[in-house]
Amino acid sequence: MKKLLLAAAAAALLTCTWQAPANAEYLKEHRGGTMRLLARSAAGTLDPHINYTLQYWQIFQPLYDGLVAFRKADGKDGFKIVADLAEDMPTVSNDGKTFTFKLRKGIKFSNGQDVTVKDVVASYQRIFKVSGPTSGTFYAGIVGADKCLADTKSCTLEGGVSADEATNTITINIAKPDAEFIDKLAMPHAVILPADTPTEDVGSNPIPGTGAYTISAYDPNKGMTMVRNPHFQQWSEEAQPDGYPDVVQYDFGLTEEAAVTAIQKGEADWMFDQPPTDRLVELGTKYMDQVHISPLTAWWYAPLNTRLAPFDNEKARQAVAYAVDRNTLVNLFGGKVLATPVCQVLPPDFPGHEDYCPFTKNPGAKWSAVDLDKAKQLVEESGTKGQKVTVIVEDTAVSRSIGVYLQSVLTSIGYVADVKPISSNIQFTYIQNTNNKVQMSVSQWYQDYPAASNFLNILFSCASFREGSDASINISGFCDKDIDAKMQKALEQGVTDQQAADKMWAEIDKAVTDKAAAVPLFTPKHVDFVSKRLGNFKFNAQFYWIVTQAWVQ
Amino acid sequence: MSSDVVAVPRKTRGPWALAFAKLTGNKAAMAALTVFVLIVIACLSAPLYARWAGVDPFVSTLDAIITIDGQDVPVMEQSTEGLGLGYTPLGPTWRLGNYFLGADNQGRDVMARMLYGGLNSLLISAVATVLTLLLGTTTGLVAGYFGGVTDTVLSRLLDILWAFPIYLLAISLSIVMIAQGITIGPIIIESGSLWLPIIIIGIVYVPYVARPIRGQVLSLRNSEFVLAAINLGVPGSRILWRDILPNITTTLIVFVPLMMALNMLTESALSFLSIGVQPPAASWGTIIQDGQALLYTRPIVALAPGIAIAISVMALNVFGDGLRDALDPRSKVRLGRD
Repeated sequence: MKKLLLAAAAAALLTCTWQAPANAEYLKEHRGGTMRLLARSAAGTLDPHINYTLQYWQIFQPLYDGLVAFRKADGKDGFKIVADLAEDMPTVSNDGKTFTFKLRKGIKFSNGQDVTVKDVVASYQRIFKVSGPTSGTFYAGIVGADKCLADTKSCTLEGGVSADEATNTITINIAKPDAEFIDKLAMPHAVILPADTPTEDVGSNPIPGTGAYTISAYDPNKGMTMVRNPHFQQWSEEAQPDGYPDVVQYDFGLTEEAAVTAIQKGEADWMFDQPPTDRLVELGTKYMDQVHISPLTAWWYAPLNTRLAPFDNEKARQAVAYAVDRNTLVNLFGGKVLATPVCQVLPPDFPGHEDYCPFTKNPGAKWSAVDLDKAKQLVEESGTKGQKVTVIVEDTAVSRSIGVYLQSVLTSIGYVADVKPISSNIQFTYIQNTNNKVQMSVSQWYQDYPAASNFLNILFSCASFREGSDASINISGFCDKDIDAKMQKALEQGVTDQQAADKMWAEIDKAVTDKAAAVPLFTPKHVDFVSKRLGNFKFNAQFYWIVTQAWVQ
Repeated sequence: MSSDVVAVPRKTRGPWALAFAKLTGNKAAMAALTVFVLIVIACLSAPLYARWAGVDPFVSTLDAIITIDGQDVPVMEQSTEGLGLGYTPLGPTWRLGNYFLGADNQGRDVMARMLYGGLNSLLISAVATVLTLLLGTTTGLVAGYFGGVTDTVLSRLLDILWAFPIYLLAISLSIVMIAQGITIGPIIIESGSLWLPIIIIGIVYVPYVARPIRGQVLSLRNSEFVLAAINLGVPGSRILWRDILPNITTTLIVFVPLMMALNMLTESALSFLSIGVQPPAASWGTIIQDGQALLYTRPIVALAPGIAIAISVMALNVFGDGLRDALDPRSKVRLGRD
């Protein structure tokens, strides 16, 4: 096993060396061809200000640009934010509340129109006019956002976003300092679109963008065709590099099994969906050169409802945390190569992460083994023994397996447990709504941007809990005023000193973990299965595989 | 000396005896019945089998190790070749009591789950059949006998139920009921209860039974013996119970195996869609669902319950056909002339 790991590490190193940054020579040699992608289904609207799916965020990368962008680079280098349509990173003034950008000149949309500061202002207004899913969270701090949220159609962001055509600058004012505001501007929801874009969801009609590619055809029941943007001229290799394939054909409708077979036969180059578990052994042995395994900053966890019996009792929650065997869960997910056991909220190697594992056989930095005796003792002490617990899971093979396992764990420590798999289409909203009285569930959280608050503040702050709402992302209903105050302080600290803030987040992570509002299960890895001909595979930690930086000839 | 020859009347058999004779003479039906009874006996032995095999088919046993030919074999084997991706459950050992059909993706004994699953599938289909027959017969009797507004209202209700595609209706009812159970007055049925699929399946097939029964009752309602009873002032309930119900009994008997086969298929479909039997309990449908994720490496997990469903349904249908032939009045006439 050790040898295998060494071999894998060496292979990864060689791959990294081989995957040198795209340069003129490579571009010339490998430029052209049609790349064929597969997904089980389309992922909703093509509107980048509205769509909130990983599948299309990945595709939006070579299509659209913001003033700033996450670097199109391999691995964690992809977390770095670079100037994109802006000439440089913004000038920050007014105690961190004013950001001034200078717009690059000469950039055109794919319809031939010049990009102007008016487009920038209109785009930020449009985030509110289309009631974008993050308008009330990511961008609510912009001055004037409150009025826009109250009356979306007449949004002007007066005092919040202004432009100076003479100097080609854009100024953004926010109500209070926000260390993560630049991250939020780099998200697809803040890309710049033509000022005359309809202020409603465009659905299946592509909007012209500034990226290296443009959508030439789209049918959500069949597929999407992306071709080169005829008006694109590379201005920043880090922000928006030119791509290799001439055409990217993205087809929808094949099952995961069929997609694996299509790639094996060379009929497709990549599949969005994860390969089915019963094909993993085959892929890992016969097609190992075509498999890429990449770490994710994501978290699989089991929220425990802190407002419902038996988990309104802290000891009952801790008992479950002691009893769940993370190694078993890792095995259910596909084995050690595909997941890592975790004991805390923040994923490994994430800002603010410090190893911490209190609920294990030998408490310390890492998870060691279950402590069933301790778990049973805590259940006895909590006085909750014999109570009924229902675990709500998604109706997928992995989630169902995890649910069945958790049910047997709960039974073994003294609860009367059952498990309910419900459709993936509704499970995520179902478990959030307090009206459904969900005691325990299995869920996942994938970061929006690389900040500790994106896990801790979003998943466990009092503000994230909304009684009776389908959008109450604090599924545990956890609300601790002291921890909440610490989170606010850490957010403020981040404006001036991110390192000090990360230290604070590490303490908050430990405090939330101690309260056991959720059972951390594991951090997953991502499997990309690609065709034999596909080269220059780069996995960006922020938006995953960089599609157009790979070549097919 | 004279001798009187007294004619001894030939002893004739009653219709039930004739039907029984015809049924037992139908080799295909008897073979089907034998197969079905064997399946029922096997499924009833599920707890005994699990105890004998020393397995708990409802608990994950991913770390279990069993002994085959003196060698320790893990129930779940992680790939150690190549990238070391994925786990493969143990395949069939073909040794009774020792993972005969192998393990599923939770490391559970598939054979033990098959037997428990069969028990649930049979139980649900049988009780749902009784429920359908009770509801369908009552509705058909009342609608057909009383007629008028009662018939119109009940018939339209049946039309509405009939108008929905059966599976769509069953899925809709399941989604509503499965997550939180149902409460009707003092009756509380919890979300994981087997009564939920029983009620759902029992309800959706009511029109299948109620409509033909109503038709038969309509015809019986105008027969001379019923008209005579009415004119004599016999209460309607008594006529229904004493005069009409016995005349539709054969139809109801024929319905039993056919409805049971239909219910078994519906239960499997609902469980396959996660809206029937809830995990960790098993039914043949849930085991097929478990096996779906193992089709490539361990197809037996999906195939075995599929074959069991096919054999059971076929046996019930063949036996049902035999039963219908035996109870058919025209058949009786033919038999009586022999």
